[in-house]
Formats: sequence, C-alpha cells, structure tokens
Amino acid sequence: MSVWVAHHWYAFVLALKRLAGAPIGNLLSIIVIGIAFSLPAGIYMLLENLQAFSAEVSSAPQMSLFLELNANSDEVAQIGARLKEHPRVASFEFISRDSALEQLKQGNGLGDLVDGLERNPLPDAFVINARSLSPAALEELRMELQKWPRIEHVQLDSAWAKRLDALINLGRLAVLMLAALLSFALVTVTFNTIRLQILTKRDEIEVSKLIGATNGFIRRPFLYFGAIQGMAGGVAAWLIISLGIHLIDDDLRNLTQLYAVDLSLHHLSPEDSLSLLSLSACLGWVGAWLSVANHLWQIEPN
Amino acid sequence: MISFSQVCKRYPNGFNALKNIGFTLEAGEMALITGHSGAGKSTLLRLIAAIERPTSGSIIVNGQNIGALKSGAIPFLRRNLGLVFQDQKILFDRTVFDNVLLPLQISGFDSRAATGRVRAALDKVGLLDREKTRPITLSGGEQQRLCIARAIVNRPSILIADEPTSNLDADYARDIMTMFKSFHQVGVTVLIATHDVELLGDTPLRIFALNHGELTV
Repeated sequence: MSVWVAHHWYAFVLALKRLAGAPIGNLLSIIVIGIAFSLPAGIYMLLENLQAFSAEVSSAPQMSLFLELNANSDEVAQIGARLKEHPRVASFEFISRDSALEQLKQGNGLGDLVDGLERNPLPDAFVINARSLSPAALEELRMELQKWPRIEHVQLDSAWAKRLDALINLGRLAVLMLAALLSFALVTVTFNTIRLQILTKRDEIEVSKLIGATNGFIRRPFLYFGAIQGMAGGVAAWLIISLGIHLIDDDLRNLTQLYAVDLSLHHLSPEDSLSLLSLSACLGWVGAWLSVANHLWQIEPN
Repeated sequence: MISFSQVCKRYPNGFNALKNIGFTLEAGEMALITGHSGAGKSTLLRLIAAIERPTSGSIIVNGQNIGALKSGAIPFLRRNLGLVFQDQKILFDRTVFDNVLLPLQISGFDSRAATGRVRAALDKVGLLDREKTRPITLSGGEQQRLCIARAIVNRPSILIADEPTSNLDADYARDIMTMFKSFHQVGVTVLIATHDVELLGDTPLRIFALNHGELTV
C-alpha cells in the first residue's frame, strides 16, 4: 500500500515538475485546450440560460378557448359545464365578449377606436389552466377541445416557448457534436505533447528500464501529466467563459431591458463545471495513454 | 548465484556472440570475465540482466530461469542486480544525489528512508560531499564511482560491471577495483568484465576468459 502511494505520489510530483519545467510551451498547450473547450462549453452555458429563461416565462402556460361569434348563452353554459368535469382542466375563467371589449377599451389606449365600432367583434372566451403542463399533454388537450362544437379556435399561449424548447434541443445536439470534434483536438494536443516529452526523456526511460522500472512506473508520470494538462485546459475554458460573461452581461441586460424582460447570464452550474473539468482531465489522460502506448515500446534498452 | 548451462547467443544478423557457455558462480564469489573486444563479454553480462535473451541453453540467476522469464517479471529481477554499464548511462539533467535516488524511487521507497540510503551509498564511494553537484562537473573517475553508487544503493545481492575501468588512468582504476573487492568482502556476488587483467594485482580471483564467444578456461 505504502509503495503504491509512494509510486503515485512520485508520478504526480514528477508530472508537476515537468509542467513547471517548460512553462511557456505547456501554458500555450493549456490555452489551446481551453479555447477548444470554451466553444462547446460556452454555447452549452448560453443554452442553459435560455432554457432557464423560457421555463421562467412559460411556467404556467394557459390555453385560450375562443367561441364562435354566434354562440348563445346556453351553449356557453354547456361548455362551461363540460370544462368543469374535464379531468385535465385544473381551473378556468370565463371572459364574456362584453367584458373582453371593456378590457380592450381600458387596457391598450384603444378606447376611441373601440367606441367607433358598430358592434362587438370579440367572441366569448374561456382561459384554461391545464392540470399537466408538459408540452405533449397540452397539445393533446388543445386538439381535443378544438373538436368541441361551437369552438372557433383554441390557442396555446406557450406555443412560442415550445418552439424555443425545440430550438434549444437542436442547439444541444450541435453542442454535443462540437464537443465530440473538439475532444479530438484535446486528445491530439496531449498526444503530441507527450510524444515530445518521451523523445526528450529517452535516456531517463532507458536507464529506468535497465535498473528495474516497470512499464507502469514509466507510464504513470506521463498519464498524470496528460490528465493535469487536460484539467488545466478545462480550467482555462471555464475562465474564458467567465470572461465572456463578464464582457457581454451588461450589454445583454441593456438589450433585454428594452424588451421588458430581465435576462442575466449565469455561469455553468457547479455540477456542469465539475463535469467539464473531469471530462477534460479524462481526455488528457486518454491522449497521454495513446501516446505512451505508441511510443514507449520503441525505447528498449540496449 | 549465477549459473550458465550450454548457453548460445546468436544475433539476428547471424553473428554468434556466445557459443556453448557453461559455468557457475556461487553466491558471494567474485569473478572477472576477460577477453579481447568483441569476445562476448558484454553479451554475457547483458544475458544475466535479461537485456538480451539466450538463443539456447539456460541461465539461472537467483533461482530464476532468465530464458523463461515473463517480460513483466524482468524489472523485479533487475532490482536485485546492481548494474554498472560500459557507457555509464548517467542522467546529466539532475544532481548526483538524484541519479543515485532513481533506483529507490523505482522500488517505491519513501523519501526519508531513501535519503539515508543514498547518502550511505555516496559515502561508500566517497562522493558524499558532491551530492548536490551536477554529474557533468565530476571527473571520469568520479563519474564511474557515481555509477557504482547507483548500482549498490538498492543493496543488490549481485553486482555486475561492464568495463568499469576502461576510461580511467591506472590510479583511478585501482581505486575502483579496490571498491569492488570491498563489496565482495561483505558478501556481494561480483562479476566484472574487463580487458585489463593487470588490474587484478595479486588477489586470487576466478577468471573466465572468453575467446570468440567461447570459454577457454
């Protein structure tokens, strides 16, 4: 056990020493990894923000049920009764055509225009809160109500939120593809860094093998190096995203305030940040492993 | 204990480096391998450390059959051998101390125990006051002593040296040989390849003379 700890500690310290031994070159590698990773991680962060925003706005999607203009009060009462018994309707509110006109008159400064109308152009309407808020259930309810008699039109107020959701899902897919591609970049960068290191450490590797080093002993510092470099790249990506947020947050707030919404960017959640770091560390490890597996056997003592 | 029996080594280019070698070196014995250059001295030593594998025959080192050793077991064989290489293989990117420390790091010593052992080894070869210097600043004789310190720091039961005196003048060479004899006196099995028989002095030692890959004694 203590030998195992000593070996890993030795490999870890050696990897750190090698990182510090060529600070400029390693810093550049880390920045390259950071830039490559900040792209998908940054887009992911934006999508997360958008999704949180859309969830906030459409948290209680309502459904508007417009009746035909010539529906009489009996038919209105009948629809009201059917809605009351419908299992999927949590609550509803009846807005008569007269009160709707009144609202229009007061609300939007259209009073003069409304006064000029010969007759009320608005239909009777019900505003419904559904029991289940999932997009699929809402859509099903909308289709069902649409088929009722004397119903002119059913409008789902959250339709735009649904579209945004679909867009976000598409964006997620794009992020995934981008992340997969740029992961290769990380593996490649580490592969090459380790390859160069192995070439410059040729003597050390050869001597170590001659005096009884196992392949694991020789491999370990390179693997630690790859993982540490990858993780440092992940940290760099995180910092780049922080910088990006810092730079655009004020302007974005100014812009969204013009639309009377308050949208400020939040950084990756702690879980997502941790995933970013562990993924970049894993990929660095993989790149180092591939490199070591490819190059170490070429160095045999003679 | 080192035991060779009907060992042949043929290199891939067809050169027969060793032909039908057989001898036994008991634990605690000291012996020299002599012969002209190209006689197969180095090949014989490399077979013991499993740097080369025999083409035929069997080699037993500390009870292990080298020819049948799995490659995963070779590092552990080498940890019980102290090797002094003909081309020294000193690492010039680290201090004298760190050069001697390397075998202990490989064996997984914790740093406090390792430090004590490194100092003891350096003291034995007379380099204790140079532990912080770079090997490049050492003289030829001192570099050779550094190699010996690295070979003995693991306290191996067998010490093997390939031409340890080849680049040294006579005084330094005698120093080095005296050092090997002192290890022999504390019970280490010592096997040295050299073309320089003059160095023996008058100490009676076993000598294996190689001539074109064959033992002549």
